[in-house]
Amino acid sequence: MESENREAQNLLEVKNLFVEYTSNEEVVKAVNGVSFALRRGETLGLVGETGAGKTTIAKAILRILPDPPARVPGGEIFFDGADLRRLSEKEMRAIRGRRISMIFQDPMTALNPVLTVGRQIAEAVKVHRRCSWAQAEAEGRKSLELVGIPAERFSEYPHQFSGGMKQRVVIAIALACSPDLLIADEPTTALDVTIQAQVLNLIYRLQQQNRMAMILITHDLGIVAETCDKVAVVYAGEIVEYGTLRQIFKTPAHPYTVGLFGAIPSLTGDVGRLHNIDGMPCDPTHLPVGCKFAPRCRFAADACRQKDGVPLRDLGEGHLCACCRAGAAKEGD
Amino acid sequence: MEKNTPLIEVRNLQKYFATPRGMLHAVDNVSFAIDKGQTLGVVGESGCGKSTLGRTIIHLHESTGGQIFFAGEDITHVSAARVRQLREEMQIIFQDPYSSLDPRCTVEQTIQEPLRLCRKYNADEIRLRTQELMELVGIDRRMMHAYPHELDGGRRQRVVIARALAVDPKFIVCDEPVSALDVSIQAQVLNLLSDLQEQYGLTYMFVTHDMSVVRHISDHICVMYLGQAVEKSASRELFQKPLHPYTKALLSVVPSTDIDRPRNRDLVLQGELVSPIDPKPGCRFAARCPYAGAGCEQPQQLEEVLPGHFVSCCRIRAINRDLLGEAT
Repeated sequence: MESENREAQNLLEVKNLFVEYTSNEEVVKAVNGVSFALRRGETLGLVGETGAGKTTIAKAILRILPDPPARVPGGEIFFDGADLRRLSEKEMRAIRGRRISMIFQDPMTALNPVLTVGRQIAEAVKVHRRCSWAQAEAEGRKSLELVGIPAERFSEYPHQFSGGMKQRVVIAIALACSPDLLIADEPTTALDVTIQAQVLNLIYRLQQQNRMAMILITHDLGIVAETCDKVAVVYAGEIVEYGTLRQIFKTPAHPYTVGLFGAIPSLTGDVGRLHNIDGMPCDPTHLPVGCKFAPRCRFAADACRQKDGVPLRDLGEGHLCACCRAGAAKEGD
Repeated sequence: MEKNTPLIEVRNLQKYFATPRGMLHAVDNVSFAIDKGQTLGVVGESGCGKSTLGRTIIHLHESTGGQIFFAGEDITHVSAARVRQLREEMQIIFQDPYSSLDPRCTVEQTIQEPLRLCRKYNADEIRLRTQELMELVGIDRRMMHAYPHELDGGRRQRVVIARALAVDPKFIVCDEPVSALDVSIQAQVLNLLSDLQEQYGLTYMFVTHDMSVVRHISDHICVMYLGQAVEKSASRELFQKPLHPYTKALLSVVPSTDIDRPRNRDLVLQGELVSPIDPKPGCRFAARCPYAGAGCEQPQQLEEVLPGHFVSCCRIRAINRDLLGEAT
């Protein structure tokens, strides 16, 4: 009974999170009131373009943003009942790598070039469990085999591995302590498609085994379609649309989401011209008043430029959309 | 020039690099032709030689063997002076607009450089032509004196395109021109390239690793694996009837946005690319190929198995019984 309760509870809850960066006296509003929740075993896709604030959200959860220049002026982050923002640095260290792990985008720079990969995996174990190096190394060998690398390569250095192998090592480090939540920041962007498929399959399999929750950060809607249960579309530091995979992919409502889908060349149908989104992503030091997407939006009306911005509203069954003209984008086509 | 001479043709093109560990076969016996106004897409994973192929054609690398024809003329071995002339006909757009622009040149200076170098225009004409080009690729005139660091990725790539178009080329090698860009910007640049092709009858060789982009932009596609062309056909045909085991695998792992498509977690290629240094004579894909068997250790020939559809695989009929009929 108790375990059922635990399953039903949210593992992670982010409420009204704000993050700012200060540089040259200018304030960059990177994350503006983001809220979402995640249960055990679920995968949430954070989708958006460069500079949308996806990685900043992830780093804010783990509290690894550089301060200064970054500052979190508001918001709550509950992980398994505890407010991460109120924990001491020591308590936070016990969570990082043990209960919440992160896979960084670039495997080439995420590994330490002067330590063997084995040592780097064992380190993650040693830090969190009171055990000897020998025990930690034994654990490390196991996680290396788990990601499909023979244990004989335990004592090799990162430069002896290919890109795909390095990313597996990074995954092995992230998973060494069987975390409850994995944050994967563009885990396959640097990899070729056949290797990408291997890595995504690996993450999927390991996730099934451990009922691990995952936040997958990506700009690739194809990867989202293949791995996520829920999707949050991020634009200029705000979630502009949120829903189940089916809701977002079958009935996208926000003009930005619709635009993103239109911009991808199809693998099956024939399109003469791609429906591009006009203009450029907005400058985060001078965000527009009201809906941040309005200057690029074909459906923008006066209501979109109201001072208070456009709140997320429920279109039914938990499908949230921050657009006062939601639906117009679909009909207008 | 005869009417049906292809604009670009390469025959058995080879480009080897000497490395301390042996000969690296970056491009090995690749042949194809591109008609005027058409786009050939070249796809493959990193290290398959697709970029080297493009660079060798426009003489950024000296070829090791084979022949290159431009509008019927053999340009494989030509003088440096002729190469300079040919550069007015053949241009390249590089992948990374962040490193292919000189950080100390403004937009105007960058676009004007090829115009000055070709010595065909006087100062007034150069000024006029620069404005035309900026308008053509969609850069505001107020950006004229901006430096690359002031521009975002999409605008930089537009500047690179304007520079490539400045001397009125007939053929452009597009080497991953949109990989560094966000999807919404990627769509803008792809549309721009299509418009320019239509307007000026340009011929493209489009090098990319992105299957959906290559399908969108290409008339014909050449799939490369470790320096060799393994499959060649019309774009639509390739996506409908991929025949080579590598093409099949490649297409099966491209993440699709169609959420009703069954998730394919089995047909994933094991292993990674082997080294292109001193490769064995047989099929280079055999080590990862689920269908590998007798005959694969022999050198493979590109063979026309369906009209206009070339595959380099000795077991192709056994693998595709449904599409090609019984083995003969």
